Order: sequence, then structure tokens, then C-alpha cells
Amino acid sequence: MQTNADLNNKIFDVHNIRKDFPILEQKVHGRALCYFDNAATTQKPKQVIDAINNYYISQNANVHRGVHQLSEIATKAYEDSRSTVQRFINARSEKEIVFTKGATESVNLVAQTFGRQNIKEGDEIIISHMEHHSNIVPWQLLAKEKKAVLKVIPISESGELLLDEYKKLITGKTKIVSVVYVSNSLGTVNDIEKIIETAHSHHIPVLIDAAQAVNHIPVDVQKLNCDFLVFSGHKLYGPTGSGVLYGKEELLNEMPPYMGGGDMISKVTFEETTFNELPYKFEAGTPNIEGAVGLGAAIDYLNKIGMNNIASYENELLRYAAEKISQIDKVKIIGTAKNKCSIISFVIENIHPHDVGTFLDFEGIAIRTGHHCTQPVMERYGIPATSRASLSFYNTKEEIDALVNGIKKVIEVFG
Amino acid sequence: MDQELRELYQQVILDHNKSPRNFRKIENANHFAEGFNPLCGDRIDIYVELEDDVVKDISFQGSGCAISKASASLMSTIIKGKTLSEAEEIFEKFHKLITGKYGDENNIDELGKLAVFAGVKEFPSRVKCASLAWHTMKSAIRNENQKVTTEQ
Repeated sequence: MQTNADLNNKIFDVHNIRKDFPILEQKVHGRALCYFDNAATTQKPKQVIDAINNYYISQNANVHRGVHQLSEIATKAYEDSRSTVQRFINARSEKEIVFTKGATESVNLVAQTFGRQNIKEGDEIIISHMEHHSNIVPWQLLAKEKKAVLKVIPISESGELLLDEYKKLITGKTKIVSVVYVSNSLGTVNDIEKIIETAHSHHIPVLIDAAQAVNHIPVDVQKLNCDFLVFSGHKLYGPTGSGVLYGKEELLNEMPPYMGGGDMISKVTFEETTFNELPYKFEAGTPNIEGAVGLGAAIDYLNKIGMNNIASYENELLRYAAEKISQIDKVKIIGTAKNKCSIISFVIENIHPHDVGTFLDFEGIAIRTGHHCTQPVMERYGIPATSRASLSFYNTKEEIDALVNGIKKVIEVFG
Repeated sequence: MDQELRELYQQVILDHNKSPRNFRKIENANHFAEGFNPLCGDRIDIYVELEDDVVKDISFQGSGCAISKASASLMSTIIKGKTLSEAEEIFEKFHKLITGKYGDENNIDELGKLAVFAGVKEFPSRVKCASLAWHTMKSAIRNENQKVTTEQ
């Protein structure tokens, strides 16, 4: 009898998948590249590279403007990508999908429009201790400007949000909750359903930073019932400079525009401007068309493999890697939540992560070292930095073995 | 180990990393400065006991990578007993060495043990690791008593 796992293995052949990623064939310092820095940015499959190439070879024109054929083709390519994104996260309507340059811009957009409109002196904004700086600083800037208060959900030693503490933070003055779905430095998958439900029972809207989630797990914004959700294209196997803000239509409609310029208007006179309908109200200027096209191609590619297949393969890799790495003497994994994505942060006794990173680089192994733009997390654990291996569905168990051997060599040399 | 990597992590550096010299606090230090590299999270405290114009004692505490720790350790052994102007002069040469500006016209032997840091110039991201202790030392002896950071 065939089990589900067998079926997965048949559909999911990592060696075939690797052929789609030309960069993975490269050698680094004469060694086969093991790319474990996927939480920083993912590599791009040739389907994405080809789509961008093809866009410039045969489709390039400005969008929403010309009546000529190329402009219509470019507009269609751009808008098709919007539909692809809409279906990917199961938004109700394409009007709810705003293209941005990345998750960071998406958070800033919400803070500067929804935030400035709704947050007044003494009001409260709730974030968590495991936010990326991009979901801290925009709110901090707003809080300073409005004399509002930033409140932080604490985390446990294993790297899980303390939801009882979260409930205590909510007051009548809380105007927004903005939390990360998957932590980029700990790998924790937060129970955002519960976070959203709690906030909604107090009529507080919730923004979800899904930058590290959309590439690992299927996301359904209607099921989550989040009010805003943001992510970057380049962490989703698409190009840099592409990103998405999802917002519920009724919220987006009430928000003032973010930037002023072309494409976001219906009518301009020197006295007054009427703003364009959603989502164009938030897309001033010529957008990153190739970025949207590339992101659409990336999602098509992921859909073909299947996000469920990706999730189960990456979970298998995570289990394998976490077990092997935690068995190495002197190594401690930071972030041991029950529900995790394939991100492993670790520290080695008396060896600085930067030495680990440089040493592994010469073994052909690319990991990230540092604070991962989450300095409050580092402070929480009393460490200056970690080494982080973030795994993708194109990684293999053999590569993890190479990483484990590399770590052992590091300990021999520096320990 | 790869040759280029061996150039960076020379035995002397590994040795000073494992057993750093002058890794302590000077209780009666009359000069002190804190150094910080926010990119790596490295922190270093430099204590100096100056008598007239001479570094009578110098020590450090803190945490950092092998390069930054070894650099602080070697610096402390070399700066001890030097005058202020000699210390700054050595720093200038050291800085040239790690940024690849130490020309062939200069004799690398002049740098003594510091020559082991020549490999750093091949790793631009590690130059700050090697220079943090030195910048902090300079701040301490000038008695600026300010936090030194590699980022502005």
C-alpha cells in the first residue's frame, strides 16, 4: 500500500527541483554551494528569471496608461500577477492586494495611513518581543509622533509568545495589534488565529507580518480573518523590490493615500484631487512591473509544487537538522518552540557567530550570522548574535550533513 | 583549512582568542572607553592607566569574534609602555594594514606581531572587528570617555 509519504516523495523530487535553480550549481571557494540563508532571501527558479527576461524582451511598456498594444500586454501581465497573489492568499478581491516594494514598505504604509488616522495621544499599539525591526520601528516612529504607547508581548525561554500576557496588555486604548507570523530569528510559528480572535473580541484590527510564513505554509487571509497581512516577494522565490500589502477592502477604503503621484488619482486640479479606486489609490507612480511579473511567476511555480508538499518536506528537513545540530556538543539551539518553521538559530559555546559564518563560508556553506534585525530577541536571550541556518525545499539532507560536519570543524579549530 | 582562511585565522590569532592577554579590569584606571559594533553586537571596554605621557597599563573586557578579541589582546601587549604619540602611530599603521593600504615601500616587520592581521584586508566585513579595540583605545587615551561605535 502506498502511504502519503511515498506519494509525496514521488511528487516531490528534490533533485529535480534543484535543477530549476541555476545558482545552486555554483561553487563557492571551490566547494559545492549549500545555501542556508533563505530567511534573508531565497534563490530564484529559472521560471522566475525567464518571466522577467520575457517581460523585457516582449512585453515592456508602462501600465494603466497607453492605449497601444504593448501597454495593454504589460498591464495585463501586471494585473494577472495581482490575481495570482489574490488567489495565493485567498483574498476576497484583487482590490485588497496592493503591490509595494516589500514587507517593510507595507508595514510603513499601514502605520502612516491607518495609524496616523486612527492613533491619537495616549493610544496603544501592541507588537511582540520577536518582531523584526521592520515591525518595530514604523510603530515607534508613529508612537513618538502621536505620543502613543508601544506595548510588547513577552516571549518564553523556548521562544513562544506568552498569550496570557498578551491578553493583559489589551485595554480600551489599544488601536492595533501588529505581530509576526513566523519569527525570522527563532523560527517560531505563532498562534496568530488566537491572537487575531482575541484582538477582534475587543474590535481591534490586526496586522500580520507574514514575510517568513508565506514561503513555508499555506496562508488563507479569510480563514485567518486578519485585517492586514504583509510579505516580500524576494523571500518567496520572487525578485527583490516586490512586495504585497493585503488589507480588508473596507479598511483600505477608509484609509488616506500613502504617497501622491500618478496612477493613484482619478482627477487632478490645482484645487483638489480625487483619488483612484482600490488598490491603485496606494500605488503612486510607475510600479515595479517586472517585480510583480516575477512574483506572479514565483507563486505559479510554488503552486505547481504545492505549498502542502513544500511544508511537509521542509518540516522533515527541520526535524532532521534540529536533531543533528542539537546533538553536537557545545551547541545550543535558540528557539525551541513546539510549532516551528525550518529556521534554526544556534550558538556555540565560546565561539562567536561571525567566526562560524566565515569558517563555514570556506566550506561552501552560506548561513547568516548576527542579530537578524531582531536585536530585542538577542537581548532577551542575553546573546550578541546567533548563527542561523534557514532551510528551503531545495535543500537536502546531504547538505545538512555538510553543515553539521562544518560546525564540528569550527569547534575543532576555535573551541 | 583553506589557505586564505588560514591567512585570516593565523595561529597567533587563534591563540590570543582562546587565551586573551590583559583580559581584566584595571581598578585604578584613569582612562576608560566603551566600544560597540552594533552590526555584530560586539562590545569592548578598554581600561588605561596613563602616567604622564606613557601607557603604564592597559586592559580590556567584553565579547566579540576571534578577530576582535585577538586584536584587543595583541594591542594591549604592544601598547603597554608606549607613549601616546607612539600608540597613535602604531594604530595608523595597523589601520593601513587591515584596509590594504600598507604600501610595499613600508616594511611589514615594523609591525611585529601585528603583521598576523594582514589577512583581514581580504575580508572587508571583518575590518571593523579588527579595528574596534583600537578605536576604543584611542578614545580612552584622549579621555573622550564616549561610547565608540563602528556605525554612525
